[in-house]
Amino acid sequence: MSGGSVTPVGGSRLKWAFADAMVITRRNLLRFIRIPALFVFSVVQPLMFVLLFRYVFGGNLVPIPGVNYVNFLLPGIFVQTAIFGSTNTGIGLAEDLGSGIIDRFRSLPMARSGVLAGRTFADLGRNLVVVGLMIAVGYLVGFSFQAGPFNALAAVGLSLAVGYSFSWVSASIGLAIKDTESVQAASFTWIFPLTFMSSALVPVTGMPKVLQAVARNNPVTIWANTVRYLTIGRVYDPVHHVSILPAPGDTPASLVVKSSLWILALLLVFIPVSVRTYRKVA
Amino acid sequence: MSAGAARLPAVDSPIIRTEQLVKHFGAVQALKGVDLEVAAGSVFGLLGPNGAGKTTAVRILTTLIEPTGGRAEVAGFDVVKDAEKLRGQIGLAGQFAAVEQHLTGLENLEMVGRLYHLGKAEARRRATEVLDRFGLSEAANRPARTYSGGMKRRLDLGASLVGRPRVLFLDEPTTGLDPRSRLGLWEMIRELQSEGITLLLTTQYLEEADTLADKIAVIDLGTVIAHGTSDELKDQIGGEVLELRVADRSQMGHAMTTLAGVGGTPVIDEVAGSFKIPVGVQGASLLSEVVRRLDDAGVKLADLALHRPTLDDVFLSLTGHTAEEETGEGAAQGRGRRKRKKEGAA
Repeated sequence: MSGGSVTPVGGSRLKWAFADAMVITRRNLLRFIRIPALFVFSVVQPLMFVLLFRYVFGGNLVPIPGVNYVNFLLPGIFVQTAIFGSTNTGIGLAEDLGSGIIDRFRSLPMARSGVLAGRTFADLGRNLVVVGLMIAVGYLVGFSFQAGPFNALAAVGLSLAVGYSFSWVSASIGLAIKDTESVQAASFTWIFPLTFMSSALVPVTGMPKVLQAVARNNPVTIWANTVRYLTIGRVYDPVHHVSILPAPGDTPASLVVKSSLWILALLLVFIPVSVRTYRKVA
Repeated sequence: MSAGAARLPAVDSPIIRTEQLVKHFGAVQALKGVDLEVAAGSVFGLLGPNGAGKTTAVRILTTLIEPTGGRAEVAGFDVVKDAEKLRGQIGLAGQFAAVEQHLTGLENLEMVGRLYHLGKAEARRRATEVLDRFGLSEAANRPARTYSGGMKRRLDLGASLVGRPRVLFLDEPTTGLDPRSRLGLWEMIRELQSEGITLLLTTQYLEEADTLADKIAVIDLGTVIAHGTSDELKDQIGGEVLELRVADRSQMGHAMTTLAGVGGTPVIDEVAGSFKIPVGVQGASLLSEVVRRLDDAGVKLADLALHRPTLDDVFLSLTGHTAEEETGEGAAQGRGRRKRKKEGAA
């Protein structure tokens, strides 16, 4: 009569937690594939940014000596796209709360971590697809990785890690607000200033002094510049004060360290916040 | 040792037991000390209007939320301390079919099977079995969003059975279903009981509790106000009920004064223009007197009936309102569920 379900013990607990997360990841990815509108629009938006900035702003507005603007732009787009894509985590969780499926998951003998892990893994996979497409489009409009395959992989990996850490920020917001439309609206109020007040799309040197101070310390600037460094493998023309090193004394190595620390900090703060909110959210 | 042995659960000990269960949501008291006992293998009906606390009770018993006070045990496991073990023993199907719209019926059930930690093959075997049983085999490979309301509900119920639970919780299983689907679901509930599964179902339909449940607890404003078998509950308000409907509503007051002292306290239904008087066992002998008095007073009747009380009457006499009326604490049931409520009502 009793269910043949396995109660995880000891070391197998971690194994089951991972297996549960994979089941939920698969479910979320299937959703992503089977809702064509969701797929199309998550690709169209970053594509629009690439084409608009590449051809409308072109390089006329933001001449960067010694650097082809498209090679400046695309690394910023990767980071921006990953952060934008992370808003899906919160929206998806709010949707699941509303549909009652989270109640079902919570009544099952699965690991409690499964829903959040599965959601963020799926959005990581989704970001991988979208960033991959951006690279393909980038190559069509003149972009190229110039520092070898290892650095290219590191550039993509860093962009995705940024997206993953923001998935947890988004999860915290989604679980706290719970209403799908409000989550969507709330996400864009912080995501636009965060990504635009940075060097993601234009060099900070063209900004007013006050804004420059903000932009130089914005982690998005640090990430975008690190991805740039990994893309072209050098620091820009110092004579024209157009450097990818945001602060004096920065080196490429310190940039990589700072990037990683920011990601780690976000994860350390927002994973516990999300998990706690998820526990209380019933 | 012998004292300890005396406390050991006997064979007929309850499979669900709650003691003074309390739940607060902020200032709202959703449950104010609920005691329940459900015998293994029975169907237990938790009956009450919206906002009575039924859903809150189910959510505590299925480990979705923790009680503010009191304790509860299901299948021998404490809902707080042994929550993890308990989840392997229970199934939950809700008011709002919690299936993944964009997965097929088969994928939905397989997913649940995997989350019960069944192997791939076993998860598929059980999923197929459940689909077959609920007449969904032909729709197995269609996305659930293409299913009708009744099919979705069956899939949802099916999902709660994949883990072969000992205790099944059904939160308003037939709300929003058409009469045919409702009858079909009733049939399934009886079948599950015959297989030895204990079922706790919540409902606001008295007829449903009357038909399905071995034992019923009537819950209102977070308190159990009566419990027993359907017959016991009907007996509680004392034998028969005299139901009168006046032809002219303006004569309601007049009719009631005329009949003062006949039977128990009348319950008035303003909308229908009728009132009910519990009359105990001597209903028939009172009938002629009632007719004579009203005739003398010049009150014209549209309808007069003497019947054994329905659960509706029980509810009315216990709470002073009908089961369908929304009570003031409707919000108590579920924060964040409002959106689903709207969908359910649509």
